[in-house]
Amino acid sequence: MAYEIVKRPHVENFVRWSKFKPEVVVLSADLTSSCEVGKFRDTFPERFFSFGLGEQNMLGFAGGLAREGFEPWIHTFAVFIYRRPLDQLEMSVAYPNLRVRMVGFLPGITTPGGVTHQAIDDVNVLRGIPNMTILETGDATEVESVLDVAHEVDGPVYIRMLRGEISRIFPKNEVMEFNTARILSTGTDVTVLSSGISTEEALRAIPALQEHGVSVQHLHISTLKPFTDPRVIESLKSSKYGVITMENHSVIGGLGSAVADLIAEHGIGKKLIKIGLKDTYAHGASQKYLLHKYGMSARNLIEATEKLIDKNLKISEEELSQTRVIDVHSTAKAEAL
Amino acid sequence: MSITKASTQTDIDQIASMAHGIRHRVLEHTVKNNGGYLSQACSAAEILSCLYTKLVNLAPLSSPLEPRDFVNVPSKNFTEYITGAEFHGEKGPALDRLFISPAHYALVIYAALIETGRLTEKSLEKFNKDGTTVEMIGAEHSPGFETTTGSLSQALSQAGGVALARKLRGESGKTWIFMSDGEFQEGQTWEALAAISFHNLTNVRVIVDVNRNQVDGPMEKVMSIEPLTERIKSFGWDVEKIDGNDINQILAAGSTFQDKPKVILGYTDPAKGIEILKDRPDALHYVRFANPFEKIKYNNFLKAWK
Repeated sequence: MAYEIVKRPHVENFVRWSKFKPEVVVLSADLTSSCEVGKFRDTFPERFFSFGLGEQNMLGFAGGLAREGFEPWIHTFAVFIYRRPLDQLEMSVAYPNLRVRMVGFLPGITTPGGVTHQAIDDVNVLRGIPNMTILETGDATEVESVLDVAHEVDGPVYIRMLRGEISRIFPKNEVMEFNTARILSTGTDVTVLSSGISTEEALRAIPALQEHGVSVQHLHISTLKPFTDPRVIESLKSSKYGVITMENHSVIGGLGSAVADLIAEHGIGKKLIKIGLKDTYAHGASQKYLLHKYGMSARNLIEATEKLIDKNLKISEEELSQTRVIDVHSTAKAEAL
Repeated sequence: MSITKASTQTDIDQIASMAHGIRHRVLEHTVKNNGGYLSQACSAAEILSCLYTKLVNLAPLSSPLEPRDFVNVPSKNFTEYITGAEFHGEKGPALDRLFISPAHYALVIYAALIETGRLTEKSLEKFNKDGTTVEMIGAEHSPGFETTTGSLSQALSQAGGVALARKLRGESGKTWIFMSDGEFQEGQTWEALAAISFHNLTNVRVIVDVNRNQVDGPMEKVMSIEPLTERIKSFGWDVEKIDGNDINQILAAGSTFQDKPKVILGYTDPAKGIEILKDRPDALHYVRFANPFEKIKYNNFLKAWK
């Protein structure tokens, strides 16, 4: 299926969205254009604050500004939000439950920047932090509409954000809704829950599975914490053979683990296969290469399904929808990273 | 340069008596509880007395407040969270704010609040008792605290954010931060110094208790931070190095400033007023009596002291 490709939707959308929100300020740590807020800086210079390479201090400033009624929107790479300044995130922002929005770019293996730039355990780390809300974007519509969802939350919000050339999978008017899964297909054999870019990958495999007679219930998850959506619980109960989670993250502590908690807590008793990074770091390479190398591709969803239903479906490579190849040197990216 | 407030001899005598009161209360507590952050009272008593009486423009309280019982931590489901900043009075655009950074100074801060009529005298009986906000390491619900900075060096950045917000709103009040010298070993402190200077937050005032001691012992044996004056100056700050136990010097340094953020480095004596502390070198961070005889020694010192 060919989706519309939207180039750098956050650039214009964030300027438009924040125009009449004077409390919204942007804090940046030397990755302004890389995080698509260069236009915001140029349009509203009085609401843009540069902190250089100093994320610990930036998190503290964000806390101070939020205490005084401003709504700081930190824009930097995800790794520089939850790894280096974790203590500051917890004590200066999360503990006091402040309205700081942390927009984390380059989730998982969406960057060729390698291990230092790949946020593979952010959901795991941040899910354990009280007061945190965690959102993840899976397409251009969600990149646009996540702003309203985050804005409404009375407390800190972390967003796994996409940039550059992004598919529009969901219609522009079908906006992200807080703690509400999107039901992309209904079925009774297997339930697939995917988040972020893994949803596009799952959508390559699911039509082929359906062609081969597998009834698939597919939910797209954009709120990873809280994780209490009754639609999710119902979908877990309704699967005959079991559940597959698919995420651009470690299989420890992310979507898969959140689903495992629900299965156990609700006594659902279904098998679970978690597709994601299998307790390993990745390295610098293209998204397509990394999805294959680390077993996070459409093909891996086929294999997981076959395992659950105990049947070889003999699905050929041609039957999978085309992979969208993202040029790492695309003009829609500010730099190679 | 401008002098904002003149101080009379009466003021100075009053501050000296307050500083003595802080040391006395903390020593009394330490003897009674067989331990406490005693040395911090010795080093910081004059600095805190000057801050709370003459330097920081806080709204007065009509009477000392009772510390609250702890109810819950902040969350979106618990909006009645109380802040220890209530002990600093109502906020106002022209008023100052005071952030306490080294949260392990809590006992000393509580004593200072009692001495300045902001906290009831019997509050220290609740210190480190279950269910109260008078905690051993202050959090933002504890009297005098507005941020949670038991993990050191985080107050300066947060106060920087507050100062930036106040600048954006055009407020004239200053933002003060009381710090300890060990916090200058943390990288975040230098990030914050750079950012406050870069964003031209000229209403920020930092006063540091440079007692040159930390948990593992004297700082020059653990990790030297000198030359502190030159280092901070090179970050674009106005820096003044003074004797931090000399009330006249503290008041002078705290009332004169250039059009820059300012750090006052108060070099202090960690045994000031309780010289028997010098008998326990390298172990001043937390005083816990090694044996019953040491406790008797401090108790005798307390009884003889007035």
